[in-house]
Amino acid sequence: MTVELFDTPFEPYTLLQQHQSSRLKSGSYGACASFVGSMRDFNEGDRVRSMELEHYPGMTEKQLAEIVEDAKQQWPLDDALVAHRVGLIQPGEPIVLTVCWSTHRAAAFEACRFLMEALKSRAPFWKKETLGDDDIKGEKSRWVANNTAGYSEK
Amino acid sequence: MTISVKFFAGLRETLDLSNTHLDADGIRNAHDVWVQATDNAPVPENTLCAINLDHIEWDHPVTDGDEVAFFPPVTGG
Repeated sequence: MTVELFDTPFEPYTLLQQHQSSRLKSGSYGACASFVGSMRDFNEGDRVRSMELEHYPGMTEKQLAEIVEDAKQQWPLDDALVAHRVGLIQPGEPIVLTVCWSTHRAAAFEACRFLMEALKSRAPFWKKETLGDDDIKGEKSRWVANNTAGYSEK
Repeated sequence: MTISVKFFAGLRETLDLSNTHLDADGIRNAHDVWVQATDNAPVPENTLCAINLDHIEWDHPVTDGDEVAFFPPVTGG
């Protein structure tokens, strides 16, 4: 079970592949479910030029480790990986990666989803967007007030 | 009693406060820490609190040496 924070861009699929080949035995698992969240260049009708992702060093790692542990308690996982960006992020760059390996697909899908939803409500990250097009002089920025509407079961 | 106090994100900017230390007696819980550290500023709606890196309720007791943090709802992922 691995949690990683990156203050520079990371390549989620390379990370997944490297983790899988170094930490999991081929043939020992039957399912791998992953989620990648990346930065949009728009939000709530505005153009977004960049985003600063602040976090609470120490608490972030602790909360993410606890979330992974919670997933492990609820589903039979062979392994899990969580990676998250902090710092200055540009549109298109990956923000978050969650991966779960398990014997069967149900546990992998559900645990992967759980990691993302738990992360969004418990991990101390805060997004600050810088708005506007490149040709606009001056900067307008705002804190993202809350998460997306969230996930409904149906 | 010495308490380390931290503020994050929009809350830090609104209050114009960041990291500080309180050296005071009579602090029972996280709410008392807020009152002392912010000079009794109004608490913005939905402000969250952590002690020693764990989410807690505002009436959670604090002890000497604790790190208490206040921040807005989280928006990662």
